[in-house]
Amino acid sequence: MPEPLSAPMVVAFPFTRSLGPVQSAFLTGLRERTVLGVRTHDDRVLVPPVEYDPRTAEEIRDLVEVDPTGTVTTWAWNPAPRRGQPLTHPFAWALVRLDGADTALLHALDAPGPDAVRTGLRVRVRWAERREGAITDIACFEPYEHPTAVRPARPHDGVFPDPVTGIIAPARLDYTYSPGRAQTRHLRALAAHRVLGERCPSCHKVCVPPRGACPTCGVATTEPAEVGPRGTVTTFCVVNIKAKNTGHAEGTAVDVPYVYAHIALDGADLALHGRIAGIPYDQVRMGLRVEPVWTDGGRYPDHYRPTGEPDADYDTYKGLL
Amino acid sequence: MDTTRDVAIVAFAQSDHRRSTAEVSEAEMLLPVLRDALDQAGLAPGEADFTCSGSSDYLAGRPFSFTMALDSVGAWPPIAESHVETDGAWALHEAWVKILTGDADTALVYAHGKSSAGEVRDVLSRQLDPYYAAPLWPDAVALAALQAQALIDAGETDEHALAAIADRNRTAAGGNPHAQLRAPVPAGDYVVRPLRTGDCPPVGDGAAAVVLAAGDTARRMCRRPAWIRGIDHRVEPHALGVRDLTDSPSTRLAAEHAGAFDAPLDLAEIHAPFTSQEVILRKVLRLGDDVPVCPSGGALAANPVMATGLIRLGEAAARIHRGEAHRALAHATSGPCLQHNLVAVLEGDRP
Ligand SMILES: [Zn+2]
Repeated sequence: MPEPLSAPMVVAFPFTRSLGPVQSAFLTGLRERTVLGVRTHDDRVLVPPVEYDPRTAEEIRDLVEVDPTGTVTTWAWNPAPRRGQPLTHPFAWALVRLDGADTALLHALDAPGPDAVRTGLRVRVRWAERREGAITDIACFEPYEHPTAVRPARPHDGVFPDPVTGIIAPARLDYTYSPGRAQTRHLRALAAHRVLGERCPSCHKVCVPPRGACPTCGVATTEPAEVGPRGTVTTFCVVNIKAKNTGHAEGTAVDVPYVYAHIALDGADLALHGRIAGIPYDQVRMGLRVEPVWTDGGRYPDHYRPTGEPDADYDTYKGLL
Repeated sequence: MDTTRDVAIVAFAQSDHRRSTAEVSEAEMLLPVLRDALDQAGLAPGEADFTCSGSSDYLAGRPFSFTMALDSVGAWPPIAESHVETDGAWALHEAWVKILTGDADTALVYAHGKSSAGEVRDVLSRQLDPYYAAPLWPDAVALAALQAQALIDAGETDEHALAAIADRNRTAAGGNPHAQLRAPVPAGDYVVRPLRTGDCPPVGDGAAAVVLAAGDTARRMCRRPAWIRGIDHRVEPHALGVRDLTDSPSTRLAAEHAGAFDAPLDLAEIHAPFTSQEVILRKVLRLGDDVPVCPSGGALAANPVMATGLIRLGEAAARIHRGEAHRALAHATSGPCLQHNLVAVLEGDRP
């Protein structure tokens, strides 16, 4: 079979998250160079703090302040930092138990090399220059071999001016999308201005676009079947919301309102969807005969337009609604 | 719930696990696997009383990606179907409950993952706590390496012992035609120290399916059903700094509830993508050197994320189907550093 198609794809989104009272105090504290923990009913201090005791599920709100110095409880040397990680040069991941805390915080540790890191190493927080109320307000930890008296955690009211109540956590993942055998064949045919479906060996229905399986029978489909290119509008809706990149040709936006329709291509047993153009939106109707339009160099139909034929009889497409 | 109902795994099938399967869609990858499992049980597509699948949208990079995979199960006339956004082992647990309630006598359970589409190390970082951990993008190997160092510091293993675990698993995989790595690989460079290339699972694509059935239906479908004598799953706090990374109390508790310690085991299929995790699982599951662990090669030989745990259950069941074992343990894990663990005990009828 021909080389399968593939294309780069990026999924990126900013997650907006609200904070509860404990997380809000902790992240606001980081902005002010203050590290807060929370005390459990059995007198353990959790840093970073949570709102419910992980052992008992009791609500906990008793904030305390701990020191920005601590001890490495375990570590791992990262020779090749990845996108988004706290440092761009090699560093150690570390769990650090801050002085006054009973649990450890995950962060990066800036050290010259793995030989400079060990479990038990004394470290301190290196604050980010620009702080906004996020875990990244701690730029990283750094070695801090300095004999200081370790202070126990002390009460803190958690009150700061202008507290942060939410974070925006951007996420981005990169993929290489491969549509598989059946859709590769379909997409290649579309680029040649032909529409290829696949016929089910069991129920003999023709699916377009094909997915390599009959969705009703659950069996593999391999027999190609050319359909269309003309078809019939079986149902439609009028879209009044302008979306970014709702365009087909070169990312041009499509003006609203426009019509999105289910179209039963001649010879197909499954309706596909597409945009209807070349006719005022309020004149689109069930039964309208349409044909695909490829714009110059387009690899797939940009939209469908009326063919000028008489409308199809309802009985010819009622099974495809 | 009728807990006296006997439920068994009666069929198991899996794909050949490979670095990339760009030539097939998820549905195309699943079809032959589902066909194989259903044929073994004598079921037609859509005929199982209940269907449950495990997969993750984050691997595919598409929302509701499991609905596309449904094209491969024969969903017309309408079927009773469910999905878990985690390893298919948990889909099996849901199907087991469904059969215990009497709502179903048979169930098809499947799972798939195409890690080749993205960078699975980064993808898995998106399952972390979004306030304190995820913004730092600690990848899956980094977190496992923190756990490995904790074990080394505690004197429970060292890099040589970890390399030996890698060799044992991949040598065993020589007998598994589906495995991706079927012979030992060089220990390699550090990926994140102390874990080297050899301590980490291969990245790859694959799928698996099992059929569950109750009582006489199971006996009719399978000459020697693998009865689920106990199954349980437990979860630990998500914050890594709260947990003792050298221990896995959730696995221990799940094993107790599944009855794993009630009688000797003939073998164990454990889900340990990293060599260091096998050290912990052997300890908490009390697996001595007399119990073969992962004769299939385990997750170090094939790690189709979201199917790897279900495959452990399937591999253990298949040994019973073939009469090679009477009593087997299967374990599945999910989340960073063995956060969430499922343990099942499977038994064949005594001849
Ligand atoms: Zn069909």
